[in-house]
Amino acid sequence: MIRFRDVEVRYPNAVHPAVNGVSFEALRGRITAIAGPNGSGKSTLVRALLGRVPVASGSITVDGADVSRMDRRELARRVAVVGQREEPAFPLRVRDYIALGRHPHLQLWSAADPTGSDAIARAIEEAEVGAFIDRTTDELSGGEWQRVRIARALAQEAGALVLDEPTTYLDVAHEMAAFELLDALARRAQAILVVSHQLNLVARFAHSVVLLHRGVVAASGSPTDVMRGDVLERVYEWPLVVTRDPAVGAPALLPLRGRRRL
Amino acid sequence: MTPGTPRVAFWSTLAAALVLAGLLGLGIGPVRLTPAELWDALAGRGDVTAVAIMRDIRAPRVALAALVGAALAMSGAALQGTLRNALAEPYLLGVSGGAAVGAVIAVVGRAPFGLVPAGAFAGAVAAVILVLAIARAGAGRPDPRVLLMAGVVVGAFANAAIMVALASAPPDSTRNALWWMMGSVAGATWVHVRWLAAYAAVAGGALLLWAPEIDVLALGDEAAAGLGVDVNRAGRRAYVLASLLAAATVAAAGLVGFVGLVVPHLVRARAGHRHRAVIVAAGLAGAALLVAADLVARTIRAPSELPLGAVTALAGVPFFLAQLRRLR
Repeated sequence: MIRFRDVEVRYPNAVHPAVNGVSFEALRGRITAIAGPNGSGKSTLVRALLGRVPVASGSITVDGADVSRMDRRELARRVAVVGQREEPAFPLRVRDYIALGRHPHLQLWSAADPTGSDAIARAIEEAEVGAFIDRTTDELSGGEWQRVRIARALAQEAGALVLDEPTTYLDVAHEMAAFELLDALARRAQAILVVSHQLNLVARFAHSVVLLHRGVVAASGSPTDVMRGDVLERVYEWPLVVTRDPAVGAPALLPLRGRRRL
Repeated sequence: MTPGTPRVAFWSTLAAALVLAGLLGLGIGPVRLTPAELWDALAGRGDVTAVAIMRDIRAPRVALAALVGAALAMSGAALQGTLRNALAEPYLLGVSGGAAVGAVIAVVGRAPFGLVPAGAFAGAVAAVILVLAIARAGAGRPDPRVLLMAGVVVGAFANAAIMVALASAPPDSTRNALWWMMGSVAGATWVHVRWLAAYAAVAGGALLLWAPEIDVLALGDEAAAGLGVDVNRAGRRAYVLASLLAAATVAAAGLVGFVGLVVPHLVRARAGHRHRAVIVAAGLAGAALLVAADLVARTIRAPSELPLGAVTALAGVPFFLAQLRRLR
């Protein structure tokens, strides 16, 4: 379980904090979504979780332990991350790439990883990438590559999975497939934390949503609580209406045509 | 797993190439030895002259060429992965520049000739330290791209320093310095071989030990951090180890370019993409290629010798063009 408590992050030389007073939890068995406009601090939260930027005040804990004091390998055994973009410097065989997910479990001096091959096999099965494990990473489509990256994160066998914009570059079917996969993983007691611009997908799949606006939490709670027309209009500064998804009753966002209203 | 046969074939080819290059290197020269004579000479039997040629001239020369080639190629393979750049190689990162400055200062300053390698090594180490310091001061963090740029800057500065030193040096020492900068294993002795072997075993062994980190670094900073790697520390460590490995070769044989750049590309795909295998394969291929290059350097225009660095560059160009075609 990941818990952000009153987190403030400040980049060097920046006047305003990138995020301020952010509190929320990503629980096991649930999909927690972080949404918000570009530059609202979503990716900063992921960076802070990984210790890539220091937390100025407040705390981020994983399974009760503060990440700023946690060994990086220990953190990687508890939290697996699929970042926004990733391009290996040299193409790898997909199977080898997925096996790199075992890195935090390996010791420098010995190759012993008794549960490694099981974890890799499970990851390949869960992410449904078995059909292309003998290809190289430069021979995959966007959708396949995204699944392979998720498989690598699953091989890490961490209790929490963090994804930053997992559906960028994916078509409608692959977007749905990616979120269905996250849903299935959440059902297996993973904590899923997903940063996403796709509010309509978030509304259908997430159990709770944290809506960020200029570094602070504008709204949080269930999708129905967060996805209200007045809130979203204020945060995105664009006219829009929120209707109901006719199939499942989840809130659905419909941005309107028109000039930007200030 | 991949079918085992291509992999076995790949490794056997590398081993066979090294053995073949070694035998040709030992057998061919002003005094040509048949395989039988070669065997006797190696075992210390038969013709006294042949035994002396073998023990004191050819064997140390072949061994030194093999070590230099292996070390440069291993260094290049590690640097390309660490810095995520297919053009990274020890010579691009300030090592050769620093070594050349050290050697030129030793030569121009009329240091005893035995001190030239020490000067080269000191210069290379100074360059590595300077690159790290610039990377840290400039960007606050020694990340791969910053290291690469700092290396290029230090290399450019070293070139300027060499030009200044040579312009004001007497002609005979200029010639000595130039010969050294063109690379050669002509003066190889067992002392050279022993030093380089011990050194390469330590630095190369350490690189292999940390090679799994290079696999992760090659995915990029963000992914590497997510896999529990301290990106800055791991990158710096691989850079220092690879550079020191190259620095030792410069001290032993002068500047031999292109090996560290080309050889890793030749083996990368077939060695299976993991850096432990890539580094070992690059070492074997680099050793075979440099022994062959040295054979060409000393036989093609015998009795005079071509600079080894010129031969490797000439041979490297077609390899590199072939590689470019494959990228198309």
